[in-house]
Amino acid sequence: MRAAFGASKGALPPLLLGLVTLLLWQLAVVVLEIKPFVLPSPTAIGGQFFNNMNTVWSNSLITGFNSLIGLFIGMVLGILLAIIASLVRTIDELSSAVVAAAMVLPIVALAPVLYGMFSASQQTARQLVASLAVFVPVYVNTLKGLRQVRPVHRDLMRAHAAGTWQTIGTVTLPTALPFIFTGVRIASSLAVIAAVIAEYFGGPKSGLGGAITTAAAGSNYPLAWAYVLGSIILGLVFYLAVLGIEKWVLRNRGV
Amino acid sequence: MTTQNKETTVQDSTTSPGTSTSGSQRGPASTDAPAVSIVNVGKIFEGKRGAQVIALEAINLEVARGEFVSLIGPSGCGKSTLMRLIADLDQPTSGELTVFGKTAHQARLDQEYGIAFQQAGLLPWRTVRQNIELPLQLHKVGKAQREKRSSELLKLVGLADFSDNFPDQLSGGMQQRVAIARSLAESPNLLLMDEPFGALDEMTREHMQGELAHICAETGAAVVFVTHSIPEAVFLANRVVVLSPRPGRIRAIVDTKLGGASERTDHLRESTEFFASVSEVREYLHGSDATPLGVDNR
Repeated sequence: MRAAFGASKGALPPLLLGLVTLLLWQLAVVVLEIKPFVLPSPTAIGGQFFNNMNTVWSNSLITGFNSLIGLFIGMVLGILLAIIASLVRTIDELSSAVVAAAMVLPIVALAPVLYGMFSASQQTARQLVASLAVFVPVYVNTLKGLRQVRPVHRDLMRAHAAGTWQTIGTVTLPTALPFIFTGVRIASSLAVIAAVIAEYFGGPKSGLGGAITTAAAGSNYPLAWAYVLGSIILGLVFYLAVLGIEKWVLRNRGV
Repeated sequence: MTTQNKETTVQDSTTSPGTSTSGSQRGPASTDAPAVSIVNVGKIFEGKRGAQVIALEAINLEVARGEFVSLIGPSGCGKSTLMRLIADLDQPTSGELTVFGKTAHQARLDQEYGIAFQQAGLLPWRTVRQNIELPLQLHKVGKAQREKRSSELLKLVGLADFSDNFPDQLSGGMQQRVAIARSLAESPNLLLMDEPFGALDEMTREHMQGELAHICAETGAAVVFVTHSIPEAVFLANRVVVLSPRPGRIRAIVDTKLGGASERTDHLRESTEFFASVSEVREYLHGSDATPLGVDNR
């Protein structure tokens, strides 16, 4: 867990590295006189970010909401279908091909099609793209987790004549929980990425992705970068939120 | 004390020697049926490509109510399989097996036995108390009653101070004691134990044996105890059943004549009767051309 996101002890070196990179970047842009449309300086991006704080914030809210809806739907579907697949062998076998296809499918490429299926003025298509992106890692990890039940626990539940749903609730799901969380953690930032990219392909001119394309189309590259910075922060917020919940829920597992 | 669940009845006392106040409510079991009756039971495992492994053959054994029976034999002789058949975790290929006069399947559904495995098998996300209450919770026993029972059991196994700890914070011996407390949760009249002390060091092991004898004296439950330690088998049991290597058959049944469960204290380990029984079991174990693998002479 610590490797996933360095707490306390490991925080300083990456921060230092980030700072040095920013300094070198700034220095390179100034000394080599790089044009802003090639690469704007960090200070220019930062300036745009703070000057347009309000629009960055309002667009983040829209994209963030789409991502959240996508994360929720994808998560619920992924976990439910994984439970069903773990219970019914045929469904598992049938779905494995579909899931393999979904893994290689560039899900955001579905966005234009979905804009056609649903109204292009609605956020539905974006939320669906995010759901699909979330579904795959959650499903795969949950299914793997559901298979980790130790034989002694299975015997124990059988010896106590526990029913199928009792067994799932008491042993199978708690055993799978760390795996489910890994899936959701990966999916959390994927949801934001999918929601942002889906905005590139049309739909309402709102959201961070829409703002990035608009700013870039108007040759305002530092502003486009400011929105990119906004997406990065949004993705991080999602990731850290899930990580926080994960740590809290699993706090008593002595691992 | 009847619970909401019509199938399950929980006695609120650990001191109910061998009697079955609940037995009459658990279906058509005759009250004088032995705890376990095994008639001509065999078990064949089907391997890949039609290969068959005969695990058990022609097993005949009766365990009386309140009796402590140890199953001993070399590794792979099927002693654990035999216990799993009684627990209805596996089904016999031939023969007849009844628990308190019912089929093993019905006895499992009626929760006639408590069970403990070699691995404690505690749920790591539950506290010690929640682990002990697991069987009661599964059978929808009320919260107040669960707490009362788990408090009794925590005291019985000497873990009252650790009720809110998580299993990972306990030593192996303590975890195993939690598992035993869990197996006693519903005051079963039959305890099935599959090498519950197998993973413990010698000192903890002897201590746990003493505690188990003490618990058996208090509860009066019949016990089927699988082990590969000769002294352990003798120390605890009224009768030691010696199994032969594969295919598992009963080679001999040694009556230890060491008295009731309450007399199984540490001084027994020094007595001549104890040593006599140990040698007798050992002779039966080693007494054939087959090499007894994995026999533990501790």
